[in-house]
Amino acid sequence: MTAFDVEAVRKDFPVLSREVHGHPLVYLDSASSSQKPRQVLEAERIFVEEHYANVHRGVHTLSQEATDGYEAARSTVAAFLGARHEEIVFTKNATEAFNLVAYALGNPGSPVRLGPGDEIAVTEMEHHSNLVPWQMLAERTGATLRWLGLTDDGRLDLSDLDEVVNERTKLFAFTHVSNLLGTENPVDVLVARAKQVGALTFVDGVQSVPHQAVNVPSLGVDFFAFTGHKMLAPSGVGVLWGRDLNALPPFMGGGSMIEVVQMSGSTYAAAPERFEAGTPVISQAVGLAAACDYLTALGMDAIKDHETALTAQLLDGIRALDGVSVLGPDTTELRGSAVSFVVDGVHPHDVGQSLDDLGIAVRVGHHCAAPVCRRFGVPATARASSYLYNNAADIDALLEGIVKVQAFWGVR
Amino acid sequence: MSTADTDTMYQEIILDHYRYPHHKGLRDPYDVEVHHTNPTCGDEVTLRVQVLAGLVKDVSYDGQGCSISQASTSVMTDLLIGKPLAQALSTHEAFLALMQSRGTLEPDENVLEDGIAFAGVSKYPARVKCALLGWMAWKDATAQAVAQTKEAS
Ligand SMILES: Cc1ncc(COP(=O)(O)O)c(C=O)c1O
Repeated sequence: MTAFDVEAVRKDFPVLSREVHGHPLVYLDSASSSQKPRQVLEAERIFVEEHYANVHRGVHTLSQEATDGYEAARSTVAAFLGARHEEIVFTKNATEAFNLVAYALGNPGSPVRLGPGDEIAVTEMEHHSNLVPWQMLAERTGATLRWLGLTDDGRLDLSDLDEVVNERTKLFAFTHVSNLLGTENPVDVLVARAKQVGALTFVDGVQSVPHQAVNVPSLGVDFFAFTGHKMLAPSGVGVLWGRDLNALPPFMGGGSMIEVVQMSGSTYAAAPERFEAGTPVISQAVGLAAACDYLTALGMDAIKDHETALTAQLLDGIRALDGVSVLGPDTTELRGSAVSFVVDGVHPHDVGQSLDDLGIAVRVGHHCAAPVCRRFGVPATARASSYLYNNAADIDALLEGIVKVQAFWGVR
Repeated sequence: MSTADTDTMYQEIILDHYRYPHHKGLRDPYDVEVHHTNPTCGDEVTLRVQVLAGLVKDVSYDGQGCSISQASTSVMTDLLIGKPLAQALSTHEAFLALMQSRGTLEPDENVLEDGIAFAGVSKYPARVKCALLGWMAWKDATAQAVAQTKEAS
């Protein structure tokens, strides 16, 4: 295997050569959304220019080619996860995948019946998209929502795992890697407990799949979701993986998801079509497959090693600064590349704005994980998140930028 | 951080109000207290108003947030406290118009005083909400206070 060549990778991302406010762009907001390589844009362009029509709907040549392209994309995504073709449902994003299951579980024919006395378990580090749908499901059914809290170093507090996930728990939804803290959770421990009590499990893989090799079926979970736009693919496409999707009733009704339709009622197609009502995201799915191919060619393990080195550089660099602290794990052990930090005396909004003046893009705010901010007593954080196209110079620029921010705001 | 962009957003006036906010702290007596947040960033303000005989008698507040939200609330209290309600409302309108102008409006210093420093902020749509946090809270609290007076009379 050849060594990971970040400078060669960077050439595939035209945006990285632009300037912002007279400075070379330093893009450290990939946990929010990643940039796209030429290869992905090209795959989508060729598909649209040469093979585009609606899918699953016709006998003409283009319609067949489009269907083939769409289904080949499904196979590519399945292979990327070590999964089978029919286990992959294309959604518009991860959020839709969580909602799809949350609604399907409340529909007639659901494998579980939720009602008063039943419980749904989550964690305090969830993105709102893997939290609010479960709050809404609890509200609809009368079930109770429970959650695992966090330790001061940003890990799940497992001391009351047996209490939070118990005989009454019907579903346990948790994130693989936190988008705010960077924490990677011990999926095996959590799944083992859920299995003991017979609860379904749903893992949010939005922040893991783009950055590390994930063999989804071997996680032992029932559902898994991620989103394309954070892994080099276009926005507008996400994925729901399910171990046994045919056990789940549909969420949305419409075209493509049916078997026989009569005025008196309808029967439903098997998965995955059952969950893809209406015209699906077509060319975006092709783009997602191209992104999987791009990542596979570089090697997910090589990408993970590259990012870990950048994360170590950033954590070490911040540790050496006065008045800057990290929220979340302080080492690269079981950790993703999103690093949230707080600059004493400067509001995260102002940190982000001042860094932008230097061409450095970080995200500021609560990162759609407001309970985490509340847990750590901060209104918001700044978050730097690197990806395969970032290099050591980007991290240096950020660290120097933070020192300049401190000087501008007069806190150092 | 000497680029032109920073200079237009972070005017000295704004930084001064941020570092040394005017009229900060919650005071009695008051008619109505409101709590407003900016859900996208978590900035918060708790604000009290007292309206007496058609005058903005007092506006007091406490909150946490970025320089822009804190400074604009401070500037607002300078502009509104002690003013006839009708004048305060038209000042509010003028500030709102400035913030929604995307940098195209020339602010009137006679009306907005230190508030003109926020003209640059209006070019940053993501920060306009910050600048309006306190102002929206005041509008809300004042509307409630006026409604209360009407009910009582
Ligand atoms: C951990 C996590 N889960 C879910 C989501 C939601 O992804 P999407 O907005 O694409 O549905 C995000 C995106 O920010 C995330 O970081």
